[in-house]
Amino acid sequence: MTGERPIGEDDLQAFVDGRLAPSRHEAVKIYLDAHPALAEQVKREIELREALRARLAFKAQEPVPSRLRIANILASQRRSPRFRPAAVAAAMTWLAIGAMLGAAGGIGWTSSVQRQDAETRVAGNAIAAHRIYVSERLHPVEVPAEQEAHLVQWLSRRVGKPLTAPNLNPQGYRLIGGRLLPDDGEAAALFMYENLGGTRLTLYARSGGSREQTSFRFESQGEVSAFSWIDKGLSYVVTARVDRAQLLPIAETIYKQLEAANDPAKSRL
Amino acid sequence: MDEIASLLEPQIPALRRYAWALLRDHEAADDLVQDTLERAISRWSQRRREGDLRAWLFTIQRNLFLNGVRQRKTRGTQVGEEALNDIQAPGASPESQAGLHDILVGLDVLSEEQRSLLLLVGVEDLSYEQAAQALGIPLGTVMSRLSRARARLRDFMEHGPSTVLRRVK
Repeated sequence: MTGERPIGEDDLQAFVDGRLAPSRHEAVKIYLDAHPALAEQVKREIELREALRARLAFKAQEPVPSRLRIANILASQRRSPRFRPAAVAAAMTWLAIGAMLGAAGGIGWTSSVQRQDAETRVAGNAIAAHRIYVSERLHPVEVPAEQEAHLVQWLSRRVGKPLTAPNLNPQGYRLIGGRLLPDDGEAAALFMYENLGGTRLTLYARSGGSREQTSFRFESQGEVSAFSWIDKGLSYVVTARVDRAQLLPIAETIYKQLEAANDPAKSRL
Repeated sequence: MDEIASLLEPQIPALRRYAWALLRDHEAADDLVQDTLERAISRWSQRRREGDLRAWLFTIQRNLFLNGVRQRKTRGTQVGEEALNDIQAPGASPESQAGLHDILVGLDVLSEEQRSLLLLVGVEDLSYEQAAQALGIPLGTVMSRLSRARARLRDFMEHGPSTVLRRVK
């Protein structure tokens, strides 16, 4: 053994991990034969290494949950605005225009007082529905989020246009389900979300009548804030017991997700 | 997209195992893995071509885990960065209450740095170089830390907590 590198703790660790080259492995073995106490420790460390692997093996053998499938993550990122700065900028501009016009009394956007009344009525109905159902502990929703596909399909059919339940997980709100509501003789859909603090948020959707698109409108009743808009012929109202500044980014997220979901060109990666 | 999926998906079982070993909660572990995959996808172009994908993914996941711990800590009492070395994995789960001889209880005795290293090398089969890259430490530190971690675990499994408490890290 003269002239060979002395055995070090790195050799012993690599021995435990079975990563030594055959010649070095032999050298460590000879060394351990001459040091029985150390050999006993090394043997024990190998056993513990195996025990830890065996203890954790089950986790890597579990079927991978579908939410971790790359295709599903990519799909939800496509819906999310985070990775599309151009779309975010466009939406921000649009919101700013809406806010300016809103401040100027909506001149140029609302061509008829009657239409504005209809929109106000929808927002009012949505806020009323929010107030009634978010306080419901036993039956806040008719169809729970576990049946999301069925829920969305069912509400889309009843409302008469394809709906999407936006993914608000990044904003801390988890979908808990939804229900069908009457609104001026029409069907309306209500999606309900909840965050960890128990704050509930609702997204109300119904046919938007003759209008194709409007800017964001803000409305508050007491502590409840609501943003409403019409896009692609659907009237949306997002409502929560938070202030305007907290609700605005959520409304923007929903708007962008719905726009991406409805625009096949944009939902391609 | 297919390239991303075909490279990332084979790594998911190992990422889930490491996440669960750190958190001992199935939902929280999958949340961490999902965050890791989202981060990896969004930074896909930034990964070094010659870099090691496995080491890169474990680096992202551990950093997200530490950020989570750091956030929880700063929301509570103010502590220094060194407190991160003394993170105790949750030891009160039903799995680890199975007994003193459950290896996971022994794992909880280690500092987070030791625990992560032991998991990445001993369970996830990262090479020492990959582990050094993932943990951002020199190769020599990997070997000495591994040696200390295994000695501490062995001590605990043989003699129980009293020995470990007397030991100065």
